Amino acid sequence: MKIIAVAEQRDNKFKKSAFEVVRTARTIADQTGGEVIALVIGGQVQTIAGELGGYGAQRVLAVQQPKLEKYSSTAYSKVIAEVLKKEQASVVLLPATAMGKDCAPRVAVKLDAGIGSDCIALKAEGENIIATRPVYGGKALTDIKINSAVKVFTLRPNVFPAGMSNGTAANVEVVDIPLAESYFISLAIETTQASSKLDVAEADIIVSGGRGLKAAENFKMIEDLAGAIGGAVGASRAVVDAGWRPHSEQVGQTGKTVSPSLYVAVAISGAIQHLAGMSSSKYIVAINKDKDAPIFQTADYGIVADAFEIVPALTQEIKKLLGK
Amino acid sequence: MKLTVCINHVPDTAAKITIAADGKNIDKTGITFVLNPYDEIAIEECLRLKEKNGGEVIAISLGGDAHKETLRKAMAMGVDKAVLLKDDSPRDSFSVARALADYLKEISPDVIFFGKQSVDSDDAAVGTMVAEMLGLPSVSVAVKLEITNGAAIAEREIEGGKEKVQAALPAVFTAQKGLNEPRYPSLKGIMAAKSKPIEEKVPTVAQPKVEVVALRKPPSKSAGKIVGTDSSAVKELVRLLHEEAKVI
Repeated sequence: MKIIAVAEQRDNKFKKSAFEVVRTARTIADQTGGEVIALVIGGQVQTIAGELGGYGAQRVLAVQQPKLEKYSSTAYSKVIAEVLKKEQASVVLLPATAMGKDCAPRVAVKLDAGIGSDCIALKAEGENIIATRPVYGGKALTDIKINSAVKVFTLRPNVFPAGMSNGTAANVEVVDIPLAESYFISLAIETTQASSKLDVAEADIIVSGGRGLKAAENFKMIEDLAGAIGGAVGASRAVVDAGWRPHSEQVGQTGKTVSPSLYVAVAISGAIQHLAGMSSSKYIVAINKDKDAPIFQTADYGIVADAFEIVPALTQEIKKLLGK
Repeated sequence: MKLTVCINHVPDTAAKITIAADGKNIDKTGITFVLNPYDEIAIEECLRLKEKNGGEVIAISLGGDAHKETLRKAMAMGVDKAVLLKDDSPRDSFSVARALADYLKEISPDVIFFGKQSVDSDDAAVGTMVAEMLGLPSVSVAVKLEITNGAAIAEREIEGGKEKVQAALPAVFTAQKGLNEPRYPSLKGIMAAKSKPIEEKVPTVAQPKVEVVALRKPPSKSAGKIVGTDSSAVKELVRLLHEEAKVI
């Protein structure tokens, strides 16, 4: 099967998910005997696009126009659908990021395709693909099959291996897709990025704090630990509801469902909604003074002690290890 | 201003999920169903827009009779009118969006609101699909919205930041936590909602494109190792993370 892998970039830099999407497309194409076409959309992306060859794309297409510099739900989805039709491809893979999740439903409608969002595994089965995705906030997993001619999947960041580039730079084909003004009816006009802030949805390590930290200012030690270990700060619903932390940091069923390599839960007891949102993490560390806290039931490593005693010591020890 | 909000009836987030005997659905026994939490935020935003600009708020839900409870909750919060697109056959995001889009087209709203996702299927697709079907602009995962003179400026959450998006009405928005703090229904509202009629319509039938092959519980994790009970355990924890788990 012919697969279009949509590689997301912001400010002309690929996101890690871009490589994950291309590599996953490669894996599926290898299983089914097919071709991977990477697609990059933006203002001026021709110069960066070639890199995707190293991750398994046979061809790399760049669709670039000054107006595509900023994300537009309507214009980006039009580009993807047009490229798919031109190439007569049958599968589109996008990252399940803010961009991908916004764009994919429009792509699906344009191509009369079924959609599988936020997938955590894809497997070729004959001419089709079986996708696994978490539902009910992670309390269950579903295996789905899309029966329309075209299939759209978004892949949860940080779950699929990106692997290393083999150094092959693909030739970049610049493709012109004419876009009338009417394709920009939804348009981003400004992007504000908290400088260097790592988002929980994309982080490989997350350090989360809960109500047991007693006050908003005590999150300083969570930030310090996250800084030392190179992770993002997460929060339980209780502390977000209390206004201590922004909702963008909330992990759990009404926050973000995450699967990092390492999840450190500090002073979080582990409500069912929280556990559902993080229990697919590869390794879980729990620090809580209540030995009966449910979080210990899913943790790989636990320390039953006061977070105020443990966390600063842990930060120091990690700094020592990493030579910081 | 005609404001519409599409809402869903879902298992309470506190519910424990068990798999039904068919291996494809959940076992609904003993599960409390509630108004989807993100839809509450969507309803609140519509009510605020009405308070500011005038007009009416219509809540729409696609599903069986059980959804009436959720529609009544919406009316108790202050929604003027409730419509049940009565059909409880299994659907995927596409066929849900098709039914909603077809009905919305008939009533031509200025604003169409959704929650950013339904906490059952977690597909986060229906709102934006409806926008595409109707040829309308959309802003998903909105955390801020201002509407002036028929034009919307909204902020949506992106990784590590925000994106400001402009769109002319009519438009579709999906609500994320942080957009507002939903009100509790007043006692008066709850009483009034009991006697308000719910309009029933027959939605468009559409074949789902997505087939559920299996539904299962995630692999269960067994409780791990308690490394210690005071700060002397820290060294060992770091060693385990570094040498055994190899995550740092």
